[in-house]
Amino acid sequence: MATENVKVFTDANFGDEVKNGVVLVDFWATWCAPCRRLAPIVDQLAEEFNGKLTVAKVDIDENPMTPSKFMVRGIPTLLLFKNGDLKETVVGLETKDRLAQIINKHL
Amino acid sequence: VNTSAPAPEQQVIIIGSGPAGLTAALYAARANLKPLVIEGLEAGGQLMLTTMVENWPGYRDGIMGPDLMTELRAQAERFGAEIIQGDVTSVDLSKRPFAITVEKTRYTAQALIVATGASAKWLDLGVDKKLSGRGVSTCATCDGFFFKGLPVAVVGGGDTAMEEAIYLSKLATQVTVIHRRDTLRASKVMQDKALATPNISFLWNKEVVGINDLAQGKVTSLVLRDTLTGEKSEIAVDGVFIGIGHVPNTALFKGQLAMHDNGYLKTHDGSRTSVPGVFAAGDVQDHVYRQAVTAAGSGCMAAIDAERFLSGTLHESHQAVEAGR
Repeated sequence: MATENVKVFTDANFGDEVKNGVVLVDFWATWCAPCRRLAPIVDQLAEEFNGKLTVAKVDIDENPMTPSKFMVRGIPTLLLFKNGDLKETVVGLETKDRLAQIINKHL
Repeated sequence: VNTSAPAPEQQVIIIGSGPAGLTAALYAARANLKPLVIEGLEAGGQLMLTTMVENWPGYRDGIMGPDLMTELRAQAERFGAEIIQGDVTSVDLSKRPFAITVEKTRYTAQALIVATGASAKWLDLGVDKKLSGRGVSTCATCDGFFFKGLPVAVVGGGDTAMEEAIYLSKLATQVTVIHRRDTLRASKVMQDKALATPNISFLWNKEVVGINDLAQGKVTSLVLRDTLTGEKSEIAVDGVFIGIGHVPNTALFKGQLAMHDNGYLKTHDGSRTSVPGVFAAGDVQDHVYRQAVTAAGSGCMAAIDAERFLSGTLHESHQAVEAGR
């Protein structure tokens, strides 16, 4: 898996990291089975959109403030930011094609 | 899409990777059919969203749902089943080999086993889907975490609803089960467990007719209607978990396979569907039992039926049964 293309964001750096460009953030936890299903799709998106899109993960167990700030109350949830503004929220599992369509709207 | 990449023709393709799909894969692999399993978005099926499974035979102390699926998957792979990621986007069952398309890749197979299962049903209010991930959930083990120390509601009266309520009772301050009848449909064991849990309470003969508050983008309360008197009431909760049953994943097969009015696939003479060479197993064709073990059993049947179909002996096998052997 192309995990080297996927960054890890934390409560401490989240605000700075989403400031510039188009950023897709995957909120997940180790105990969340659907999150494990989404992970390889997120990895593939990171590879396919490499250079055009920043892809990152937030472990909600270790970083409770960020999901709370964005009112994330279910995982997996994907948030898409453009220059710091929240543009898209995708809750639950989606196919790679569908997610690519959503990302392409903002590139 | 006209960029479909051709893939080598398979003897049998299995769509779905729950207990039905993986048991079919195990049997088909052991029959040397080298089955290709397309696992689907909800890979592993409904058991991936459960905790302890206490009614799978052979585990006296129970087994965690995701662990059971990991074992089943490894067992099928051990005998040569190939399991690939991906969600089937379309099928063409009008002629053999059948065509199964996954995004841009087109697969073909002489026999097909449909084990696409069923997915959680929503309330059909519109607002419940809009607040999904904002306090409305169909998966307590996924989203219960967000409701630590908060009051929540569970909608439904079956095993799914009871399991969600029991799981949530360890996280939430108060779990209110909302059921539109005055008796539970759940198994006796699950009922007793839920009724004995101090912070689970029940609202009988109530149905959810509204969820607040879309404007705030989160759940603040539910609007209920009494099914006997029609009286409306409101209950303040931060989360609502929907456990009102499932709908079969049969949209792919509309117009190609015969279905009951409720969308479940019709099967006859074992696992046969209305198209020769296409077999169905598990919850996609079972609106009665819907158990992991019955799904696995029907997956086994589908694999044996597919094997006999491919060797041209399916017809004979049923004639033999009908003739009393």
